[in-house]
Amino acid sequence: MDGIFDMLILGAGPAGISAALTAHARGRSALVLSSDPMNTPLARAPRIDNYPGLPGMSGRELLAAMGESLEEQGISRVTGRATAVAPFGGTFMVSAEQDVYRARTLILAVGAQQGAKPFPGEAELLGRGVSYCATCDGMLYRGKRVAVLGLGAAGEKDAAFLERVGCQVLYLGPTQAKKCEIKGTDRVTGLVADGEEYPVEGVFILRDTVAASVLLPGLAMEGGHITVGADMAASVPGVFAAGDCTGRPYQIARAVGQGNIAALAADAYMRKEQEKQK
Amino acid sequence: MSVLELTKDNFDQTVGTGTSLVDFWAVWCGPCKMQSPIVDAFAEKRPDIQVCKVNVDEQPELAMRFGVMSIPTLMVFRDGALVNKTVGLSDIDEIERLCQ
Repeated sequence: MDGIFDMLILGAGPAGISAALTAHARGRSALVLSSDPMNTPLARAPRIDNYPGLPGMSGRELLAAMGESLEEQGISRVTGRATAVAPFGGTFMVSAEQDVYRARTLILAVGAQQGAKPFPGEAELLGRGVSYCATCDGMLYRGKRVAVLGLGAAGEKDAAFLERVGCQVLYLGPTQAKKCEIKGTDRVTGLVADGEEYPVEGVFILRDTVAASVLLPGLAMEGGHITVGADMAASVPGVFAAGDCTGRPYQIARAVGQGNIAALAADAYMRKEQEKQK
Repeated sequence: MSVLELTKDNFDQTVGTGTSLVDFWAVWCGPCKMQSPIVDAFAEKRPDIQVCKVNVDEQPELAMRFGVMSIPTLMVFRDGALVNKTVGLSDIDEIERLCQ
């Protein structure tokens, strides 16, 4: 954990990048943390015609161009999946894999999958065999049978990691993992996929994004979206949200605008906090 | 109050009297690195509670004995008996509630 950033931005889509550029323009240090943005719905858009100034671009091209703006401004960027957030001493700590980052404010620009329906048994058995973090919990399953539901880009990599540490891995890719049920009362005892039950002691559910409500328990949500005010402030002081994670319409122009507002509001929040301390 | 590192040899004796908070952790776990300073701050705040850590990598017997399946896991013992447990990252208020 080296240094405290002013703003830690989760997500490198239009909202996150817009927030980072605004933070930088305001003289604030920003870190953008995200999984691969090329594995998002936007990256699959063949052509975007309603975003000004960049005619005829595909989603991939637009994301690449936005990423270049970050590089051009020298803004720090890290690829990784945030697995937990903790407020601590007026800052926020965020863990991604084995690393921890720290910032004064948090901007959630994590995209629209917040409403992703949990599997039957997922919430009940979380921490009792269900895990979202292979690098955290893998070692506790050495020599045991585990299932990996590889719903995101990192699924295969994490399955390989679990095999390396000595787990017996049943890997289900994005299509096979769609309809699963996790079995167990006190702890995980099995996984049902495609009508067949596999005896396993652990189930690693690896989505590209851990839902905001799981990252920050107590964060106010509505209909799978993060509740925000006009200044993009979420229900937890110091936390802001922007883009598709705050609701419909899922549009690039809206996300960029909200990212800008969120960073300005985070800047104002930090100034106020500084005033208080004087 | 300083935080005690527990092993299978000193565990029972240490948590045997009074109230103890035990943080099960490992170096490879990012959320555990966040839990650690919070637990340290709690130890400062509540000198009446014995605050301990168990490195699950070095003490697999303890992890197995208490069925630790996900880290960080926090457990509260009173006179040696497990009275409360939570899995996943906890802030200082949650730890306070856990120890009530």
